Order: sequence, then structure tokens, then C-alpha cells
Amino acid sequence: MDAIFFKLAFIFYFAATIISIFEIFKDSKESSKITPILAGAGFVIHFIQIIYRYFEIGYIPVTGMHHASSLFAWCIVIIFFFLQYRYKIGIMASFIMPIVFILMLLSLAFPRQIQPLTPELQSYWLPIHTLLAFLSYAAFAVTCGVGIMYLIQEHYLKSKHLGRFFQKMPNLQVMDEINYKLITFGFPLHTLAIITGALWAESAWGAYWRWDPKEVWSLITWFIYALILHARLTVGWRGKKAAILSIIGFLAVLFTFFGVNLLLKTIHSF
Amino acid sequence: MKILILGLNHKTANVEIRERLAFSGQKLKDGLLCLREILEIKEIALLSTCNRVEIFTCVNSADTAVENIKKFLSGFHNISRDDFEKSLYLYTDSDAVKHILRVASSLDSMVVGEPQILGQIKDTFDFALSEKTTGIILNKLFKKAISTAKKVRTETRIAENAVSISFAAVELAKKIFTDLSGKSFMLLGAGEMAELAGRHLVSNGVTDVKVANRTYERGCELAKEFNGKPIKFDDFIQEMIHTDIVICSTGSSTYVLLKEQVQKIMKERKQKPVFIIDISVPRNIDPEINKIDNVYLYDVDDLQDVVDTNMFERKKEACKAEQIVAEEVDKFMKWMLTLDSVPTIVALRQKAEEIKNEELEKFKIKFPETDETKIKAVEYLATAIINKLIHPPTAAIKENDENKEELIAVIKKLYGLNGDENEE
Repeated sequence: MDAIFFKLAFIFYFAATIISIFEIFKDSKESSKITPILAGAGFVIHFIQIIYRYFEIGYIPVTGMHHASSLFAWCIVIIFFFLQYRYKIGIMASFIMPIVFILMLLSLAFPRQIQPLTPELQSYWLPIHTLLAFLSYAAFAVTCGVGIMYLIQEHYLKSKHLGRFFQKMPNLQVMDEINYKLITFGFPLHTLAIITGALWAESAWGAYWRWDPKEVWSLITWFIYALILHARLTVGWRGKKAAILSIIGFLAVLFTFFGVNLLLKTIHSF
Repeated sequence: MKILILGLNHKTANVEIRERLAFSGQKLKDGLLCLREILEIKEIALLSTCNRVEIFTCVNSADTAVENIKKFLSGFHNISRDDFEKSLYLYTDSDAVKHILRVASSLDSMVVGEPQILGQIKDTFDFALSEKTTGIILNKLFKKAISTAKKVRTETRIAENAVSISFAAVELAKKIFTDLSGKSFMLLGAGEMAELAGRHLVSNGVTDVKVANRTYERGCELAKEFNGKPIKFDDFIQEMIHTDIVICSTGSSTYVLLKEQVQKIMKERKQKPVFIIDISVPRNIDPEINKIDNVYLYDVDDLQDVVDTNMFERKKEACKAEQIVAEEVDKFMKWMLTLDSVPTIVALRQKAEEIKNEELEKFKIKFPETDETKIKAVEYLATAIINKLIHPPTAAIKENDENKEELIAVIKKLYGLNGDENEE
């Protein structure tokens, strides 16, 4: 049952991704309505699957790479729809849905069996800490997608190469605004995730901070986004610089999320 | 009935003749009603814009109608026939249909794809409707023209993208900024094209306008026109800190704005984007400035390139549009054929025969014991009845020449003969 829902959501996301990529090459200036419908269907089914899984295992399904990637993807779709509702930029799907799809693909690749929850994880911190972290990471993921869009459009305007794709893309200011808003949304969440993580670590392992690679890398990520915000507000690092930094920031997020668990030894792997 | 279009446009007549033949204001109504009197027919419409004057009509005899219209134009506008006759074009039947469809779709316009003409065609039609000068054919023709134009607009990209330098500047500004209404704009110098671009910016919402000119008085004059404030030319660099869009067109032979200056300005602006348009020839702004982050500098050639690409795109799209027009002309001409009396009479008779045969079959099933001779008798009776019933409409179509199309349309409606009415 659970597996069927997961695969269905995967198929819908896949279809949305394919169509959104076709959008880039399509003649018409208007973006089709099929992509958000497919993504929306995927989102709802995915949500049902997560709820189902929650009742099946008795806690929020974030443990293991399978669950983590899947929840990460789901959080990105939430933010995508929020932006779509607020800004109505159809072409954005072409840059966000592929990220969602890749995460779902990863989720599919990892084993989906349920491991018993270790005692230190059985805590009310589990949903709070993870949801804060996942939402902030999702915001940073979308920021990266919009950053890529910004760089492409900026390149077109600078090189004065104004093709059909240029016409379909939104203006620079709105993309920069989205970048700023998403980081101001994601950064406090990320800060809270680190704080709740520290509190939890204290109650579970007896120390707030142990310089575990996971902790170190999330701190590095935190510093990158702090720098982005600080530079924007003080010296006006906006536009291109902000876009490049948010792509770098997301690479750090990816490493914190996957790299640390797969490549380094950490106690923060479940 | 023949559809006939007599007119002239920017390609066939110079502005002086177009002016003299234009029907503006009250003249439009007078002209329309006079024409109807003269032509002694029901269907006529009159289109008069700055680029064209066209008379759409439906007549029995093209030659006399053309002669009458020419006479009317000469008398009404007090212009000798020799002056305008050679500028006139005449289209009939499918050529006329094609012409009005092309006009409405803006394929015949001076700037292909410009949107105003469709509105003008609609106005022409509405006015003719309110004066009740059109009938079944022109009504259908205008509706066809309007629907075709809409189809062309949605199915091709003929009206997309700017095809003038000043519009291209505004379009680019919209790709840099979200909302122009909150932006400030500075006009540097006073070239004609720069002014025009400024006007487009203002009509797109820019309200904060500054004008810097070498002669301060001229700058004040221009500022007044834009509802903006004049600035001393020497202060413009300082003012750029608070300016998002700059259009430059001074007569200077050297650069008035250098890279280092802009770098300093950007620092003070906290890197808020600036869009600079340099329309001057020779260029007044160091092209190196485009390399600075968040500064977008376009010179007149860059804008011309944008316009050329857009123009080229439009021409490609125009070919697609011509195909749509051709298809729609075909459909219309097919509809025209159905207005002819012979096919209508045939269809009417066929319908009657069908009904008769159906009812006969039902009769046979209901009364299976009826023998052959009695069935023959019933059939005879049925035939007699349908013949009597369809005789008057048939005769009316054959005899009535004046309102034939209307009659045919009514008959088709009453008897449900329409096989083709699947649109509108």
C-alpha cells in the first residue's frame, strides 16, 4: 500500500519534471498548466504516503536515507507551490521539479525497510528538529534553483542575447527578491534546527556540542547563509553574487545532508 | 450577391489623399447613410483609420456599385476623381473576404502585428450594426474577420515583442525590474528617440522623472512635459545614485559617463540594478560599463538588434497567419455557397422526402395488415402534402431577388437545414 503510493507520487513527479523540461524548448510564451497539476497530484499522494507511513511506524518517517530524501523532496514541493501561488512564475517548475525528481530517485534507490528506533531518537525533539531542518533545507534548495535561473537570465541580458527562452523567464528583480525572501525564511529555521539539535544532543548524549561532522557541516552551512544575508544587507551583494552564493550554499546543504552520512563517520546517522 | 471592397491604404495612397478621404466624426455616420441611399442595398460598412479608408458592401452588380461609390467619394469629400482613383483597390468575392481577414489580423498593417486595427474593425462593425446598415453576409463576414484575428493572435506569435527601439527599451526594463511604477528614470540630453522611449516608460507607470540637459532651460521645458524635475547637467552623476533607468542622448562627442564613476555610484546605491540606454551616436557612455555587476547598458545598435530579431520573428509568424487566413476564407466561401437558392431548394426537398419515407415506414409497422394498393394511396397523399408544403418557400426563394439571402437563412433555420453551422 505504502509502496504503491510512493511509486505513484514518484511517477507524477517524474511526469511533471519531463513536461517542465519540455517547457524550456516549447515555442509558446505561456507555460502549460499541466506541470503544476501533475506536481500537485504527486504532492497529495506523497503526503498521504507520508501520513500512512507515520501511522505504520509510529513516528515521523525521517530515519534512513529513503525516508529522509523523500521528506526533503516533499518539503521542496511545498515551497514550490507557495512560490507559485505568490509569484505565478510557470517556468520555475523547470528548475525546481528536477531537484525534486532527483531526490525521489535517491529515495527510491535506498532500502526502504524500517529499522527499530534507537532509544536516543525516541524523543519529542525528533519531529521538531527534523521538520525545522528539512524546511530550511528545502528553502535553500529552491533558492539554488532560482539562483540558476537568475544567472541564466543575467547572462542573457549582459550578453544581449535575447532569445525565446529569455522571453519566457521572469525579470531579474523578482528572482532576486525570491532569493532574499527564501533565505530570510530558511535561515532562522536552520538556526532553530541547530539549537533544537543541541538541546536534544544534551538530553540524549549529555553534551550540547561534540564537533561531530554533521554538526560541523551544518555550522558551515549556517555561516554561508549568514554571510549571504550579511553581505546583502551591508554591502549590497545582491543579484549575481547572491545567486552564486546560494548555489554554493546549497552544495554545502547537500554535503551536510548526504555527504556527511555517506562519506564521513558521524554519530548523527540513522 | 457579391461581396465588394473598395478602398485605399498607406501602401496605395499618400497621407494627403488619405486625409482628404477620411471619414472622421460625424462624417462617418453621414457617409454611411448616404452610401446606403446611393447604393440602394442593405449591406454596407465603412472603415476609416489614419492608414486606410475602406468600404465593405454586398451588391448585385459590382460595376455600377463601384461607379456609384467613386462618384459619392468625389462628391462627399469634394475631391476630383483623378486625384484618388488610381489609389483605389477593388476586391470582390473570395479576394474581398481574404482582404478583410488579413486587415483584421493586422497582416496588411504598416507595422505587421500591431493590435489597434482589430479594435478599429470592431468599431466599424459595431457602428454599422447600430446604424443597421449590415445584413446577414456582412455580419457573418465581420464576425469571421474578428474571430480569425483572434485566432491569429492566439495561435501565432505575431504580436509579441517590440518592433520599435523605444518599445524595445521598455520591454528590456521590464525584464530587469518587476514593477516600473516604483522606479525612477532620468533623461539625459534630449534626442527625439530618447524622449519617445521616456514617454513609453511613463505610460508604463514610471512616475519619478528627472531631466538633465546641457541647456538648463530646455531641460526645464522637457521636465514640465514629463511632469518631472529638471536637474543641472553637472549634477547628473550625483543624481544617478537615486536613479534606476537612464536614457542618454546628448550631442557630446566624448563619453559623459565613465566606468570608475559608475562603479562608485553602484557602491553608493548598494548595488541596486541600473538600466542605462545610450541612444546617442557617437556613444556617450563608456561601453565597458556593461561589465559592472548589476549595470545593464544597451546602446542604439543593441536595441536595433532586438528590434530586428523581433521583426524577423514576426515575419515568420506572418506566414503562419496567412495560412490561418486562407483556411478561414475557404470556410467562409463554403458558407456563401450555402446561401445560394439551388442547394437550399434541393436540401428542403430532401428533408421533406426523408420525413415522408420515415413516416411511411412507421405507418407500415403500425398497420401491418394494410395491403399494397392502400399503401400506394397513402404514399400519394403524403407526397401531395409535402409538395404543397414546400412549394411556397421554394417559390419565394426563386422569385425574390432583393432579400434572397435573408430568406434562405430564415428557411434554413425554420426547417433545420443547417449542416454547417458549427461555429460561432
